[in-house]
Amino acid sequence: MSGPDPDVARRAVVRDSLGVAIATGAYGVSFGAVAVTSGLDVAQACALSLLVFTGASQFALVGVLAAGGSPWAGAASACLLGTRNTLYGLRLAPLLGWRGWRRAAAAHVVIDESTAMAWGRSTPALARTGFLVTGVGIFALWNAATLLGALAGSSVADPEALGLDAAVAAAFLALLWPRVDSPAARVVAVLAAAVALGAVPLTPAGVPVLLAGGVALLSGLLAPRGTGAD
Amino acid sequence: MPDTLWWAILAAGAGCYLLKYAGLAVPARVLADPRVARAADVVPVGLLAALVAVQTLATGDGTLQPDARLAGLGIAVLLLLLRAPFLVVVVGAAVVTALTRLL
Repeated sequence: MSGPDPDVARRAVVRDSLGVAIATGAYGVSFGAVAVTSGLDVAQACALSLLVFTGASQFALVGVLAAGGSPWAGAASACLLGTRNTLYGLRLAPLLGWRGWRRAAAAHVVIDESTAMAWGRSTPALARTGFLVTGVGIFALWNAATLLGALAGSSVADPEALGLDAAVAAAFLALLWPRVDSPAARVVAVLAAAVALGAVPLTPAGVPVLLAGGVALLSGLLAPRGTGAD
Repeated sequence: MPDTLWWAILAAGAGCYLLKYAGLAVPARVLADPRVARAADVVPVGLLAALVAVQTLATGDGTLQPDARLAGLGIAVLLLLLRAPFLVVVVGAAVVTALTRLL
C-alpha cells in the first residue's frame, strides 16, 4: 500500500477509498427506502443523511420509529451509537492535524469508514487523502442514494438482491483485517463479535455494536501494559 | 407528531456532530496516556468485528439468521487471504451473495 513512489501510494489510497465510498454510499438507497417505510417523509429521510450522517445512528433512529418507539428514543439511540465517532476523532486528531474551520468541517465526516481508511498510512498526507476521499465521497453518494431510495420508497429494487448487505459486511471485514495482526487484537475481535451477536436478540438494533465497543474499551483499559493491540 | 419528529432529527444531528467534533478537539496530551492510546487502538477493532458479525448474521427484527451473506463473507475471507484488492473483496462478496440468493 505504501510504495516507494508517493504518487503510486497516493493513487492506491484514492482507489481503495473510492471503493469504500461506492460500497457504503450505495447502501444509502436502502436507508432511504427503510426511512420512508418507517414513517418519515422524503425530506426527513434526506435531513437525517445530511445532518446526522453516520449510518448506524440513522438506521437506529428509523428502527426505533418502525418498532413504534418515540422520536426522542430514536434520537437518544442515534447519539448513543454516535459516541464511537468520538473515539474515532480522538484517534484521527493527531493523524489529520487540522484546526479551526478545517477541523469543524472534517468533524462531520468522522465515521467508521473514513477513520479506517486514514489509519495505518505511512505519511500524514496519505492519512488525510484516505480520510477526505472516503468521507466526502461517502457523504455525496450516501445523500444522493438516500434521496433515490426515499423517492423510490418501498418499490425500490431490493438492495439485498444485489448482495449489498454482504458487501458492507465484507467492507468492514477488509477494514478489520490489517488490525488483527496480534494475538491480543484477535482476542478482542472475537470477544467483541461474540458479545454483539449475543446481544442482538436482547437489545434494540444498534446497541449490540455499542456494547462490543464497550467490551473492547474495557479490555484496552484493563490489559496489562504492553499487551494491548498496537 | 411530525413536528416532534423534525425536532428529534435536528437533535440527533446536533448530538452526533458534537460527539464527532469532541473527539477531534480533545487536547493532544489526553492521547499521551498509554491507556487512552491503547483503548483508542482497540475500540475500533472491537467495533469493526461487531459490525462484521452483526451485518453478516443479524436481521432487522433482532434475530440471528445465517443466510447467503455467510457465503459472501466466506469469499471475502478467501480473497483477503489471497491479498486481493479491497474493491475485489467487496464486489466478490456482493456477487457471491447475490448468486447464492438466486439459487
